[in-house]
Amino acid sequence: MENIGLNHFLFVSSVLFILGLAAIILRKNAIMVLMGVELVLNSANINFVAYSRFLGLGISGHINTLIVIVLAAAEAAIGLAIVLNLYRLNQNINVDEFEELKN
Amino acid sequence: MNLYSLAFYFLAFITIASAVVVVFSRNLVYAAYSLMFTLLSISGLYVLLTADFIAIVQIMVYVGGILILLLFGIMLTQEQTRVKVKVNYLYIGITMLVIGLLGAVLYNYIPFVTNDFSNINYKNIPNAVVPGTSTIKQIGSSLLNQYVLIFEVLGMLLLIVLVAATTIGRKEK
Repeated sequence: MENIGLNHFLFVSSVLFILGLAAIILRKNAIMVLMGVELVLNSANINFVAYSRFLGLGISGHINTLIVIVLAAAEAAIGLAIVLNLYRLNQNINVDEFEELKN
Repeated sequence: MNLYSLAFYFLAFITIASAVVVVFSRNLVYAAYSLMFTLLSISGLYVLLTADFIAIVQIMVYVGGILILLLFGIMLTQEQTRVKVKVNYLYIGITMLVIGLLGAVLYNYIPFVTNDFSNINYKNIPNAVVPGTSTIKQIGSSLLNQYVLIFEVLGMLLLIVLVAATTIGRKEK
């Protein structure tokens, strides 16, 4: 059994990215689309930290990860506010049924 | 097989299995709880990568903040009369095509990256992450020296998001 290196972490983050993309395309519910976005951002974070650890790129990978985490929190807050507004407008949050933002 | 690889395979398995449940579960609440296991095991992967501060931030922000926000969203947008919160899928064929192509591309890319990092000299790199030491001091000093502009911009962004979320979420008069 070989030692755990960069490739193993890249494999995990690739699988997470693909699953997040599948959630974004596949799911009908807007909140599930937001969860898919979170999975994609997490896979990018794993890549940042793994490259920072194994290629010796310094602390900047960690700083990038912190920035992405803050952006994900902001995106979730705004996304949830928009989803709640849409639910108030037409009583469901299926992304294939929206045709207008304001009636 | 040493303890490190055992911990890695365990965490990687939990990450991927619970992410699969997130994508394909027909129950929204199960998907949200499964996302919690994904985020916690990703935090464990950060610990394996000697990123202690990132692991703690991951638990505090993702599990303590974003996941609770998503659960509130699920609870506020489902009809209260229905017991089961079930959902449907869209475009299964297109999804399988896209993720199959992307998976093939990523799988072909990964083996080209070398896996031998024994010749890295950590002394030559400014702000290198030395395995076995805490990163909190380095992150704090570089956030207030080298990255101070982006730190302030992030503070402004959070303020704008706070105002925008309350404005969007408010009932229209």
